[in-house]
Amino acid sequence: MMFKLKATIIKDIRVLLRDKVGIALMFIMPIILVVVVTSIQNSTFQLISKNKLPILICNKDTGQAGMQLIKAIDKIGMFKVLKAGADQDEKLMADAMHQKDAMLGVVIPADFSAKVAAKSKNIAGKALKSFGLQGDSVKVGEVDPLNIYYNPVLQESMRLSVEGAVRSALQLVESRETLRSLYFSINEKQLPEKLENEMLNNNAAINEIPVSKEGVRTAPNSTQHNVPAWTIFAMFFVVISLGGSVVREKVSGSFIRLKTLPTNYMVGLVSKQVVYLGVTLLQAAVIFSMGIWLFPFIGLPALNLPSDLLALVVVTVLCGWCAVSYALCVGVFAQTHEQSNGFGAVSIVILSTIGGLMVPSFAMQGMFKSAADISPMHWAIQAYYSLFLEGGKLGDVVNNIIPLLLITLVLQFITFLGLRRKNLI
Amino acid sequence: MAVTTPLAIEVINLGFRYPGNPDAAFSNLNLKISKGERFGLFGPNGAGKTTLISLMTGLLSADEGHVKLLGREVGQNSNKVNRLFGFVPQDFSFYQELSPVENLQFFGAWSGLGRRTIRKRTEELLHILGLEEVKDKQVQKFSGGMKRRVNLAIGVIHNPAILFLDEPTVGVDVQTRHAIIDYLLELNKNGTTLVYTSHQLNEAEGLCRQVALIDNETIIARGDLNQLLKHYQEESLEHLFLRLTGKQYRNDV
Repeated sequence: MMFKLKATIIKDIRVLLRDKVGIALMFIMPIILVVVVTSIQNSTFQLISKNKLPILICNKDTGQAGMQLIKAIDKIGMFKVLKAGADQDEKLMADAMHQKDAMLGVVIPADFSAKVAAKSKNIAGKALKSFGLQGDSVKVGEVDPLNIYYNPVLQESMRLSVEGAVRSALQLVESRETLRSLYFSINEKQLPEKLENEMLNNNAAINEIPVSKEGVRTAPNSTQHNVPAWTIFAMFFVVISLGGSVVREKVSGSFIRLKTLPTNYMVGLVSKQVVYLGVTLLQAAVIFSMGIWLFPFIGLPALNLPSDLLALVVVTVLCGWCAVSYALCVGVFAQTHEQSNGFGAVSIVILSTIGGLMVPSFAMQGMFKSAADISPMHWAIQAYYSLFLEGGKLGDVVNNIIPLLLITLVLQFITFLGLRRKNLI
Repeated sequence: MAVTTPLAIEVINLGFRYPGNPDAAFSNLNLKISKGERFGLFGPNGAGKTTLISLMTGLLSADEGHVKLLGREVGQNSNKVNRLFGFVPQDFSFYQELSPVENLQFFGAWSGLGRRTIRKRTEELLHILGLEEVKDKQVQKFSGGMKRRVNLAIGVIHNPAILFLDEPTVGVDVQTRHAIIDYLLELNKNGTTLVYTSHQLNEAEGLCRQVALIDNETIIARGDLNQLLKHYQEESLEHLFLRLTGKQYRNDV
């Protein structure tokens, strides 16, 4: 039996090595994907943290508040402020944004300072009255809204974060004005600059700390997120080569001849699993190695391997076995190459999407959140994230690898039933 | 006292019906093929030749009755039965990405041969079938005739006692056809029972001693070829075939 298995493994390796397109799909495509997606996400990260987002500001206001708002926006550190002439309307603003390659534009209305001052005076008056002191109470209208123009390609999350930043700058300007007004009403002199700065700039510092297990902290970055995700995607992409290989055997009539020989087809099935499990492990090794050694050379953060390497191997082997089982299942039920390749590729994209490889599962709602549980990729990525991002150990990923194993066994059983139904086992 | 020749194949009260196609069926079919025979199974497209061979080789399971190969019932202890016969399907049933040597190594192992025997048989077959020069080239680059020879070599690598051949010479040139037929005659001389189907009736006349004509899943004539020709007063198998099965088109759906 071992001789037959060895001969079959050698045959499967030879067939695989001569399938150039299959090899390209299994190795080159995922490598390109992981580099491109990591680079793009890294650029997005740097856009905010290093490169700064260009913002075009048209200040129609002639007072201090408009100037202070521009200063406050600049101080946030997230934007590169570009100034536009005061004569802009909506059309001119759009043209100016295109000319200056700005993704965002802000128009400060002409009476911004006057309205802010009046509003501040009113609030200060109300405050003084509540303290039992004499204060002016002036009736004022609302400050005209600031118009923020944005390029439609800007993602919603980015737009909301920009809006939050501008709102905080606006809050600062209004608070400053209220404080000055209050101080003047009580002391009848200007608020000293030093005191003003102390009162406005004494925010408590915010420390961002990634959640980790056992005190191991790995700063999350685009590499730590993308390399595990696209490794899983690559492993499941063996469906193109392996599914196609099974279909080819059926279509070419090799199955028929094999069935007339004194060897159980289980030998063939085991051989394919051994060979393609080897392929998935090689894929993982290649992509992880690239993350560790190649990424720093192309300006990307290096991949930090988890501290528990045994857990990493266990998760990778299980994920690879699940991917191979899925590919075999598709190959056994597909009638043609087109069915195998088409269904295989599309189903992998769907499973990876609902599994949280492309959109984080926590961002999904309702039905899609529940659907994630049936995707083996969901359990694989959760296990990898636990290891790569949270410093988890084998014990921490048991809850993820048990469902992954169960899905694998179900796929094996369905494959077995399919072969039995076709009288091939 | 008459000497009875041992049987290579015995089909006993065979009944078979394709699921979802109740019209195409065998019912109570009986057939005996002696050991060392050269037996031809002929019929129009869709007559049931391939179905009958599939039942004889265990690719399909009979609904009623049974088939015995050298006394062993097909479908029971299939590994032992499968060692007894070789099968050369009509399709190129091998790995086109592999070379003839690589295919023979793999199928030899699956046929239950050891490493040494595989090497020895591979050398012999490559020589006999004229594939030595291309033994390490991928089969997908071969002509149809060369692929037919590879198909045949795989079917006989384990020296089977019975060899089923489903149109083994379709689409090949005259030289290859002659080479294949000569080799089959040689095998038969050494004791291999041949069960052969083809639409090349001239070729079949030179190869087969016993024939069965099959139409609509029924054997309509069988026996010694010369005696059948004499009985029906026909000069060739082709004329006999047309006389018994008619000249109308057959649409095998």
